[in-house]
Amino acid sequence: MPSYDTIIIGGGTNGLACAARLAKAGKRALVLEAAERAGGGATGAALAPDLAPMPLAHLLTTLDPRVLDGMELERHGLSYAATGLTTTALSPTGDHLVLEGPAGAGLSGTIDDAGRAAWEALRRRLMSFAEALAPFRAVTPPRIARKAGNDNLKLARIGLGLRRLGQDEFREFLRMALINIADVLEDEIADDRLRGLVAFDAVLGAWLGPRSPNSLILYLNRLAGEAAGTRAALALPRGGMGAVADAMARSAEAAGVTLRTGARVGRVLIEEDRACGVILADGEEIRAGLVVSAIGPKATFLDLVGARHLDTGFVRRATNIRARGGAAKLHLALKGAPDFRGADPATRLVIAPDIASVEEAFNATKYGEVPERPVMEIVLPKAHEREAGGGHVLSAIVQFAPHAPRAGLDEARRRMLANTLEVLETYAPGIGGLITHSELLMPQDIEARYGMAGGNWHHAELSVEQMLFLRPFAEVAQYATPVAGLWLAGAGSHPGGGVSGAAGWNAAERILSGVAA
Amino acid sequence: MSYDAAIIGAGHNGLVAACYLARAGLKVVVVEKNDWIGGAAVSRELYPGFTYSNCSYVCSLFRPEIMRDLELPKHGLQVLPYEGGAVFTRDGGYLATFRDHEANRRELMRHSPRDAEAYDRYSRDVMRHCRFIRPLLLRTPPDPATFRPRDIAELAWLGRKVGEMSEGQICDMIRFWTMSISDFLDEYFESPVIKAYLAVSAIIGTALGPMSPGSAYVLLHHYMGDVDGNVGAWGFARGGMGAITQALTASLRAAGGEVRTGAGVEKVLVANGRATGLRLEGGEEIAARRVLSNMDVKRTFLKHVDTAELPPAFVKRVETFKSRGSSGKLNIALDAAPHFPALPDGAPMLKGDLHFTDSVERMERAYDDWKAGHFSRDPFQDTMIPTMIDPTMAPPGKHFMSCFIQYAPPKIEGRDWTDADRDAFGQTVIDQIAEYSPGFKDRILHMEVRTPRELEAEVGLTDGNIFQGELTFDQLLFNRPVPGYAQYKTPIRDLWLCGSSAHPGGGVMGAPGRNAASEILRDLRAKTEMRQAYAVV
Repeated sequence: MPSYDTIIIGGGTNGLACAARLAKAGKRALVLEAAERAGGGATGAALAPDLAPMPLAHLLTTLDPRVLDGMELERHGLSYAATGLTTTALSPTGDHLVLEGPAGAGLSGTIDDAGRAAWEALRRRLMSFAEALAPFRAVTPPRIARKAGNDNLKLARIGLGLRRLGQDEFREFLRMALINIADVLEDEIADDRLRGLVAFDAVLGAWLGPRSPNSLILYLNRLAGEAAGTRAALALPRGGMGAVADAMARSAEAAGVTLRTGARVGRVLIEEDRACGVILADGEEIRAGLVVSAIGPKATFLDLVGARHLDTGFVRRATNIRARGGAAKLHLALKGAPDFRGADPATRLVIAPDIASVEEAFNATKYGEVPERPVMEIVLPKAHEREAGGGHVLSAIVQFAPHAPRAGLDEARRRMLANTLEVLETYAPGIGGLITHSELLMPQDIEARYGMAGGNWHHAELSVEQMLFLRPFAEVAQYATPVAGLWLAGAGSHPGGGVSGAAGWNAAERILSGVAA
Repeated sequence: MSYDAAIIGAGHNGLVAACYLARAGLKVVVVEKNDWIGGAAVSRELYPGFTYSNCSYVCSLFRPEIMRDLELPKHGLQVLPYEGGAVFTRDGGYLATFRDHEANRRELMRHSPRDAEAYDRYSRDVMRHCRFIRPLLLRTPPDPATFRPRDIAELAWLGRKVGEMSEGQICDMIRFWTMSISDFLDEYFESPVIKAYLAVSAIIGTALGPMSPGSAYVLLHHYMGDVDGNVGAWGFARGGMGAITQALTASLRAAGGEVRTGAGVEKVLVANGRATGLRLEGGEEIAARRVLSNMDVKRTFLKHVDTAELPPAFVKRVETFKSRGSSGKLNIALDAAPHFPALPDGAPMLKGDLHFTDSVERMERAYDDWKAGHFSRDPFQDTMIPTMIDPTMAPPGKHFMSCFIQYAPPKIEGRDWTDADRDAFGQTVIDQIAEYSPGFKDRILHMEVRTPRELEAEVGLTDGNIFQGELTFDQLLFNRPVPGYAQYKTPIRDLWLCGSSAHPGGGVMGAPGRNAASEILRDLRAKTEMRQAYAVV
């Protein structure tokens, strides 16, 4: 029987990135994935036998450049169907606004010069903030405690980067750091389509509305991400997001990682206050000197470790990690290509006509209700393929959906689907008649299928009070845990989720730096 | 005749600033557009025999340092602590609250033994956050974007203060400042009515709901006060809130300062980039070495200063400064004490604040209405009957009732309030009270309904925001009111802000007025010393 010195729990993108990085440094790493296929949110099931699988994540927005290069993903099969993807802010009348280039570097559609200039000024400012903040994504968050092993040099460089914005812009940054996106948009932008789009993007995947304070920084975080080597850009891998999962798995295995799928971990084996392996759900025991959990922090501490190995305050903080998912995932199989009133289907299509539409969709979710008119981001993968043939599919992230619906899951899912289709019909008349299969994953479905707490793809809500050195909470913000030999490496750790690998990579770097866990 | 300082607005902050300057020997005049003194800390007789606290209605935040410095008790101010209150629940029950921690704990026990346990932990944690922030109230915020020795020294002082805490405490504090009160309370409590009661202080006066991040900080803002050294306690000013501004006026006059009422300011006079005095609405000019504006920042610069005198970037920030009103007020003269069948007879709870919102969800839904541009259909109200404790405010056997209401937007669906909107708003509130107090409507002798429109028209609060600007992080500390101008100075030399638009913000606290005065005196000393230094050379 082969022996491993490191076990990684969870074969999602962070688990794979972490394992690959550790293997490259000479660790004998074993990745245990509960599902039949590695890749986490980048994987999914097919709606019908002749259709491509529909992964939870449908666009690449924040793939960490260290992971892209370090794992040589392009050599392992990652290529793009589209890079620098354009976004269309859909209008129910066909008067769409098109944003080309990263974060809308260019606008086309009916918008006057003043509107263009206003957007350019706001975009320039936000991009400069995002640029200054981007290096944060690639560091272990600092801790305030003495002897925390902070990377002071890197941190000082980031601080200097912010200061280099100049006095006026630095002041603006401090003013805007915790502001809400709606106020900023209302102050600076007059166009409702643009306001709606940016408001939607800021709260995508979050449990916040655009009027919630602290929502702007989530937009900056999004802008700080890279796809296919460009900041704030969007890309679609050839063959869909599953291609990223496959490339990561191949790369990890090429680096010497052993990947076991269908292996659900039941608990972490702890002897004399030290993690020394895992016990699988079927009872199998696997030992290793180092255990890295790339699943959610809540499940890691409360289910796999257990309260008896942790002190009360720690258990309370782990219990208080907030992980409410607010997004549903819609998959449709269609008889033909839908027509969104002339919008280019090979773009990201966003239905969020104004700020109020996003805010009102969130209102319902606060009370466990389904919104009347949800807002959504739509991708039509077929439009990006050169080869003809095969059926059409539509993939959409629909917000907001209650993570704990009062009406019960089935009823809420039914209403959510009906309301979503009704909105779609307004924007793409006749789409209802094209549907052959439909599937809507509510947050609870996402939790059941992908193991993400609350169905939140960040494992722990991405919000200011759970960011940086507070992610998932202070004591474990540097990937190490109070249990010796046990580390965190998942989306619940800094800098959060999305198909990124950043948290896994950061954790591996931290482990390799020789700091004791 | 020329003054050393002319202060626009006889609200509490204007008077506080005037008092400190007068005591330092400056010749000061306070000009007030209304025929009465007080701004939002005012008592008026609108119905024979009844004294109304028309706007602000309870007292706690007023800094004890100021009370001592200006000898307000000697000038007639008396604060009467009140015991607690009650939250009425829709099922006919209630949650009583008490000033005494143990009594409160026993009552919580009746609703949830687990929450009663958690209450100790909660109080300890919140008080720790309070203790950190209270000393900051009377300090000028440092500007983190400069390298001036003064700002660096202040930042270092702050750093040291933070360093006195443990890592866990610092992180808890940062979380507390940035999270929503709803999330925060969920970490401690399970009972909806207990959470509803505790969430109240986090929404009063703000354009935030209990589920908005940043609302927990607002709770802190309301907890920073004390009555007789009892931190977090609230009380009534004997004779209504106007007693505070009356005492300040007496203190000012004793120090040789003047107050002129019925003197609305038309313009701040500016020559060569510096303020030289005021022109009143009648055309009269008052020359002054410096001008202090107790009006909010928007009103000051957008209505009473020629914007050509200001940097465009500053004007833009003032224009986008958020001061959306969120509250209204009903002031009611009652023929007899209202009867609440849910409460035992002679219950002490009637002497405190009465709430009819028994869950955080109801508060948040009330806020959703505000966001959509309506007043809340099921509003939150913080209702008081001060005459239960202070009989001076109404004839014997009769009562004055103050209802603070949320939420009421500055505009109704984007248009101005009409009288019909106002009346419908008042009716909604009355109906809500009557649900818990049958016969209530028959006891009403007179009623004054105030929406953000009335608050702006009378008190001058832009958009009716009671804090002269919302209390969100983008408008707090060194960001308040405009980044780079958080130290009471403005782009116009010798024009200063001394109202709640400046740090640390609103509430009848007096801190902005005192801080502005101390900045002016500091400036004056610096100049004097410099002159002396030159004289030596």
